[in-house]
Order: sequence, then C-alpha cells, then structure tokens
Amino acid sequence: MFRHILRSLTGGPVTEAAPAPSDPALAELADKLQKAAKARLGRSLSIREVDAGSCNGCELEIHALNNPIYDLERFGIRFVASPRHADVLLVTGPVTKNMREALYRTWDATPDPKWVIACGDCAIGGGVFKDSYACVGPVEEVVPVDLRIPGCPPRPAELLAGLLALLETSAAT
Amino acid sequence: MYGEQPLFGLLNRIGTPVEGHRPWPRYRLTREGWLAMIEELAGNAWTLLGLWGEQHAVHAAFREDLAGDIAVVSLDCPQGRFPSLSPVRPSANRLERAIHDLFGLTAERTTDPRSWLDHDAWGVRRPLSDHPAAPAPNPGPYTFLPVEGEGLHQIPVGPVHAGIIEPGHFRFTANGETVVRLEERLGYVHKGIEGLMRGKSIGDAARLAARVSGDSTVAHSLAFARAVEAALGVEVPPRAVWLRALMAELERIANHFGDIGAVCNDAAFAFMLAEMSQLRERVLRVADTCFGHRLMMDRVVPGGVSVDIPERGPALLLDLVADLRKRFAPLVTIYDGKASLQDRTVSTGIVSTGLVNRFGTGGYVGRASGRGLDARRSPGYAPYDDLEFEVPVLTEGDVNARVWIRIREVEQSLSLIEQIVKRIPGVPRGLDGTTPLPCVPVEGQGETAREGMALVEAFRGEILTWVRVNGDGTIDRCHPRDASWFQWPLLEAAIEGNIVADFPLCNKSFNCSYSGHDL
Ligand code: SF4
Repeated sequence: MFRHILRSLTGGPVTEAAPAPSDPALAELADKLQKAAKARLGRSLSIREVDAGSCNGCELEIHALNNPIYDLERFGIRFVASPRHADVLLVTGPVTKNMREALYRTWDATPDPKWVIACGDCAIGGGVFKDSYACVGPVEEVVPVDLRIPGCPPRPAELLAGLLALLETSAAT
Repeated sequence: MYGEQPLFGLLNRIGTPVEGHRPWPRYRLTREGWLAMIEELAGNAWTLLGLWGEQHAVHAAFREDLAGDIAVVSLDCPQGRFPSLSPVRPSANRLERAIHDLFGLTAERTTDPRSWLDHDAWGVRRPLSDHPAAPAPNPGPYTFLPVEGEGLHQIPVGPVHAGIIEPGHFRFTANGETVVRLEERLGYVHKGIEGLMRGKSIGDAARLAARVSGDSTVAHSLAFARAVEAALGVEVPPRAVWLRALMAELERIANHFGDIGAVCNDAAFAFMLAEMSQLRERVLRVADTCFGHRLMMDRVVPGGVSVDIPERGPALLLDLVADLRKRFAPLVTIYDGKASLQDRTVSTGIVSTGLVNRFGTGGYVGRASGRGLDARRSPGYAPYDDLEFEVPVLTEGDVNARVWIRIREVEQSLSLIEQIVKRIPGVPRGLDGTTPLPCVPVEGQGETAREGMALVEAFRGEILTWVRVNGDGTIDRCHPRDASWFQWPLLEAAIEGNIVADFPLCNKSFNCSYSGHDL
C-alpha cells in the first residue's frame, strides 16, 4: 500500500492536462475552462447533477469527469449534493413524467443566478424515447435550458468543452 | 409427487406446445393448468426467470436449475385476470404490479397489489392495454407499508439523491441507528420502453434495447439480438459471435472496476476509487479505439455487429490485458490487507443463500451468496462453450464477498479477452473496407409471427429478453428483464439490522440498475 502511494507521489500526475500527447485538445480545454471559471465567478463552480430518466449512460461519463484523468475539481468545478449549493444543474434523460416534478423542484430550489445544461441527446430532445406516453421529452419543456451538450452519451472531453462554453457565454452576457 | 416433477413432464401434461417459439418451448396453459402449476411451484425449486404481460395474456419463464431445462408458459386472460405467482415466488410480485400498471391485468391473490411503475403522472392508465383509461381523478399518495413499534422513526430519501446516481425512493424505518426496515419505491425513470418497441423495425427496437441500461448496453443489445435471431432462425457469422463476447467482457471489467472503486470509496477509502477509475478509463479508451464508442453502444446488432476492430485492435487489446493485470493485482493486495476497509465490508449487508435461491438472484449478488449460476454456462451460448473460464462462488453473502466476486470476475474476463483476441476467427476489416462486416440481414418471415428468447450474462447478472417479431419484420412485443428485478428486493433484506450509515455501502455493493428495472 505505502509502496503504491509512494509510487503515486513520485510517478507524477496521471491527469491529462500534464498533457497527454494523445489529447492536446483536452489540455487546452482544461486551461481555458479554469480561466473562464475564475473570470466569471471568481470562485469555484458547483454543479448539481439531476437524472431525469436517463439510461444511466450519461451518468457514467459524468462520473468519469471526476476520475484523476479528467479531474474536474482542479478547475474549481465540483459536484455538490444539494441544489441549494449549486450554480449549474446538469440534467440528463428524456424527463420521465415520473421525474418531471422532482426536476422542477430541484430547479426551483437552486438559487439564482443559475444555469441549466441539457446533457445528452435525451435531455436535448427526448432522444429515442421522445414519443413515449411516459416521457415529457426535452428538458426545456420543464425548465429553461442555457446550454445543450449533444451525444449519446457525450464523451467526457465534450462535457468539459460544454462547461467551458457555458462559462464563456454567460460571461459575455 | 411434489417436488419430483421434471419441468417438461408437467408442462406436457397440462399445457399445449405453441409453434414457432425458439430456442426453448412455450406452452399455453388453461386456467386449471396455471393453477396446477402454481401448486407444483410450491413444492419445487424451479427458478422464475421472468414474468411479463401483453394485451390479453401473461407469460412466465422457468428453469429447472439442475437439469438446465427452460420453458415459457402462457395463460390467456380474457377477463383481465390471472392467478398470482407471488405467494409461491415472491420475486413475481413487482413484475405482477408492473403488468397491472402497463396492461391492466390483475394478479389474483397477489401478495401486494399496490401500483409500481405508475405514479399517476402519465396522464393515462394501463397505457399498453387495448383500452387505456383516463387517469385516476384524485390519486392519493403512495401508501408505504405500515411499521409500528416503540422508538421507531422514518427517514425518507429520494427520488433525487445526493451524488451522481439514478433516482429512486428509499423509506427507512430505524430504531436509533439501526435499520428495522427498508422499503424501496421505484419507477421514477420509467420511459415506456416496452411501449416504444411495439411496431418498431428490428433496427429501431435494437437502439431502444441498447438504452435499457447504459452500463449494460452491450449485454442488453446482445440479449435482444439473440432473441430476434432465435425467433427468425438467423445464423450469425462466427466472427461476429466472438466480437460480441469481446465487447461483453470489456463491458464487464469496466463496470467491475467502477463498482470496486465506488464500494471502497463509500467505505471512506477514496484512494481505491481514484485507482479503479483510471483502470476503467483505460478500458473505455481501448473500447473507443476498437469499436468507435466508449460504452460500445449500438455495436451489437441483430444479425451480427455494426463495427469490426481495426487492424491494430488485437495488439491494443493484448496490451490492455497485460497492463491491467499488472496494475490490478497490487490493488487487490491492498484491498485484502487494509483492516479499516475490511472492517466496513466484512459481515455488512448479508444476504442468505436461501434468499438468493428463492428470488432466483443472479450475478455477483447471487454468486456471493452461494448461487453459482451464470448464463454463459447455463444455458450457455457461443463462444463461451469454446472458452475457458471459472465462475467464482462464495457463501458469505456480505459486501466483502460481493467485492471479491467482482475481483475474481475481472481476472476471469481478462483471460477471456486474451483467449478471444488470440482465437477469433476471420480477419479484421481492412482500411479500404474490403473485408465485409460480420453481419447478415435480419428480416421478417412473411405471414407468420415468430417468437424467441435469450438469456445473456451482463456484468450485473442474467438478462432475459423475449420477443415476438411480426411477419413484416416489426416488433409485436418485446420484454427485456434486467438482472436488477431479482436483486432490488434483496437489498431491502441486506440492510436490515445494519446501521443507516452503511446503506450507501450496501447499495453500491448491489449496484442495481434503476433504468433497467423501471424500463
Ligand atoms: S443521451 Fe444516450 S446515454 Fe444519455 S441518457 Fe439518453 S440514451 Fe442514455
């Protein structure tokens, strides 16, 4: 165990901004994201994830943002447990009717200013579930949406790019 | 005599075989036959593999575990009712409630008649029946089971949880710190998948099957494809069969890495999550390079596969196996040697062997509690009969055992990937696309509808998918039954007598799918 930790300490970071040759775009993105977050908020950005009926594929990739390779926290962006602590709601899924009220309440409990990201094809337009009796469809039918990140599911790098876009556009307004 | 009826002996006596159902037989029963079967079930150990409805009928699938015999039985329900299986198979109850909510068929003398998927929010009742009804005018709140006793208090949690997880509601009744009862309420992510599949082309329905549960997209796609191929008698190119298994094993290890890390993290050992999530990421990237999608979604399709690995794929995969072996082994040693971790996982959240057998629970939940079934072995499917692997089984039934089953399965799957890469028949698709994709067309059979069923081992356990394909190649009825259906009820049992603070740990060690269950 201690040998392992020692190796981790001396082995240098695995985080990709360091930067992995395979993915220079990611490193660049990481840098921009951090600057934008500071410029816009002067502090960290808190995200509350809301699964509004996803297949859980989007959640898997959102989780990946927390692994040491993408390491979202280094940009001062972190996932929080309560909507009351959140700046951003990251919503997945075709908004099942059984989740519509919970989504709305979560949005309502999030203090202003707040942004909503529709994450994945389902959240953007209902995806393959859009014609169901059990789904509302696009997230924007329930709460206003500021940004859409397409994909089924979006890759972690695309999620990072989306967060950056949100910070940049909201800073411009 | 009770308990000694072979499955087929009984069904040949009380049922009429139905034509065009493959690969296992289906029998139509009369109401008397259905009742006789229930009586028989009280005295034997046949496993209920699934129970699903359609507009005027219910179907149940059973397996005689020792012999491996599998059959489907059906009962027409012209009055919209059928005798409940739940008194003799408790695992039937939630499935019966789902059948009632979707098709309006009532299970007579069921152990629990409350609604399950229907939360009075759809704007319609029994949406899949041939006479959907207007919503109930003033639906009352859902009634949780009463718990009475001195000093008890209730803790409602969800549907939106802290953290990045799927929504569901948990109602804990606790005495101080100790959980006296947990009651789950699910259905929040019900998307109406079975309804959406109806009338769709095979290709469109396959895209829905791939999204039943994102973490098991390969396994659900495989189960759907195999059911359709069984129904239509389609022979899949050998190379596709092996590529499918390759994807299935990659999916298995990626999920197991994620789970092992998450369980340790909930035991306050974040180091393991950081390490395991890197291994997971490593797998997903290779999957992406080889199959063009990190989760390999829509890559297994009826008739074969939609993508072949690139020429450098085999080398990448063998590298991956070698690298993972090297990095995983020391982490296992750490897990094994960390007293603070073992203190949390050993003897926490115990599920008894009797219970997993009663519920026919598969996957790591079943195998950690002494039930050693694995669909890759029984009924078995290609190419696993050609491959060498072991199915690990433990009997402790605690969080620790569920972690160890995953650890052992990772090791087995790494060996499987290696065997597959070395022995896969055919050649990869050339850069110029000259080698044809291993996929054959899948079409309806004209005039007659055909039915098929498949059992596939997902990382979580056994999936059953049943399908009826119309003569024109559209889907008449499809029912995907995720492993979670028979695991969720046992989580309620596992947490009993544990402290509330250990719930996240127990829950992670099960990692049931909400989406796969709610459909
Ligand atoms: S966008 Fe795709 S991955 Fe995300 S929830 Fe929808 S189906 Fe699942």
